[in-house]
Amino acid sequence: MIEAPPSPEISTKSDVAAANSAPMIAVRSLTKKIGQQEILRGVDLEVATGETLAIIGRSGGGKSVLLKHLVGLMTPDAGEIWIQGQNIIGMNERQLGEIRKKVGILFQSGALFDSMTVEDNISFPLREAGERDAKVLHTKVAEMLEVMEMEGQENKMPESLSGGMKKRVGLARSIIRGPSCVLYDEPTSGLDPVVADSINRLIRRLQKRLGVTSVVVTHDMKSAFDVANHIAYLHEGRIYFYGTPTQLQQARDPILQDFLLGRSDGRGD
Amino acid sequence: MVRFFNALGTPVLAFCQYLGELVLLAADTFRSIFTHKLRWKLFLNQVVEIGLLSQLVVVITGAFTGAVFAAQTFFQFNKIGMGSATGAVVSVSICRELGPVLTALMVAGRVGAAMSAEIGTMKVTEQIDALRALAVYPTDYLVVPRALAMMISMPLLVAECIAVGIAAGYFIAIFLLEINGTYYMANMVRWTRNRDIIMGLSKAFCFGILIVFISCQKGLSAREGAVGVGRATTEAVVNSSLAVLISNFFLTMLLNIIYPAGYQ
Repeated sequence: MIEAPPSPEISTKSDVAAANSAPMIAVRSLTKKIGQQEILRGVDLEVATGETLAIIGRSGGGKSVLLKHLVGLMTPDAGEIWIQGQNIIGMNERQLGEIRKKVGILFQSGALFDSMTVEDNISFPLREAGERDAKVLHTKVAEMLEVMEMEGQENKMPESLSGGMKKRVGLARSIIRGPSCVLYDEPTSGLDPVVADSINRLIRRLQKRLGVTSVVVTHDMKSAFDVANHIAYLHEGRIYFYGTPTQLQQARDPILQDFLLGRSDGRGD
Repeated sequence: MVRFFNALGTPVLAFCQYLGELVLLAADTFRSIFTHKLRWKLFLNQVVEIGLLSQLVVVITGAFTGAVFAAQTFFQFNKIGMGSATGAVVSVSICRELGPVLTALMVAGRVGAAMSAEIGTMKVTEQIDALRALAVYPTDYLVVPRALAMMISMPLLVAECIAVGIAAGYFIAIFLLEINGTYYMANMVRWTRNRDIIMGLSKAFCFGILIVFISCQKGLSAREGAVGVGRATTEAVVNSSLAVLISNFFLTMLLNIIYPAGYQ
């Protein structure tokens, strides 16, 4: 892994607080092979409580696979994943349920339930948790839609929503139960720059408002620089770089430079 | 030779793995039924979908099967002067074999396909991952309501099919084939026993279980987008139908020991 040079940013108040607290997520030597392809080859990573970590890397590099491992949606071949001090490897689906109540995830496609309205989608976690009062559910959904800047869309079906709206509804659904950590899988992919920026603002606002730990998987560098306290670059199945956005911008490593500048010809001209 | 055994071994292993997955899903579902709370709304929705909305197709199947079976039986029996025995043959056959098997085949086509397609679509569009991520166990949410609804609906649908089939046979025999109604009814009541009905309903319950687990398992293991969902749906219907027909033979042999056929 590339050692990031010391940066003035590391000594900011929030970073010091984050560094002193126990990690919300810790990944140790995670490996995963799908078919003949080694997707993850020993990933080590920590996410401090309350921080936002962006995981960047080339398409097909295993970012989404890594993210799905963090909530037990995929099982690794080897390694450990610790969420708030609990190793989730070896847990069965029902035991993972307790972990998943603390960790929300926004899927790349939104993964909305297509037979339910927006309101039913967003209130789904509350109904599953036993809330039956229609008025309470409606109020909470309306609050969430206000946060997502989607007031009055309760009765729409997912098929009639745009890509950005689907992601916001998916995000509302994943945070309505107040998780302590939210994972975002490509939150801005396929969106125009204005909608992408609104999603980035939402992520920042949620971090400030709810104080949640966030892990954002993206290959959108603007999004990564906008929302992250730290950035990890996943390359060939390993964390190649870990540091602050400023440290990444200052890095002279050719692989990082190629990615940041969007060069496709390896070491540049 | 090694190549031959390799070629033979791969599908055998795949089949064993498939059976294992089915058994594990069934075990997981029954464990969930007894240890976790039922989602009543989903269950009632499935009762409507499986039971209520399948009635038309089951009634039509039962009616025309009963009618044509009565006619064919009469054509053969009348030659040897046993036309009035038609009622008994129709009734016992529909109770023990035709009712449960034909209803199961219709339900496999209508409901099994829908189940597999719905769950398969949820799988390939990450909706099942979303359920899991929201701390909802897919078996509890998707399979348990369908399995329970099927266990209740199938015997009722078969009972309906049997009743309609016998009634249709009666009307054809009396009004079209002009068999003496009194003899027809007397023979039918004499030769049809409660055990024939119990046998039919027992088969219905077993077929329902086969259809629901085969269809749900195919949906849950769907891959590769729309093509995968299509493949899963086709396999669900074909496998369910074959399972119904094959298991019917073994159920007949087994249940005939418990509920022997004939007038005793």
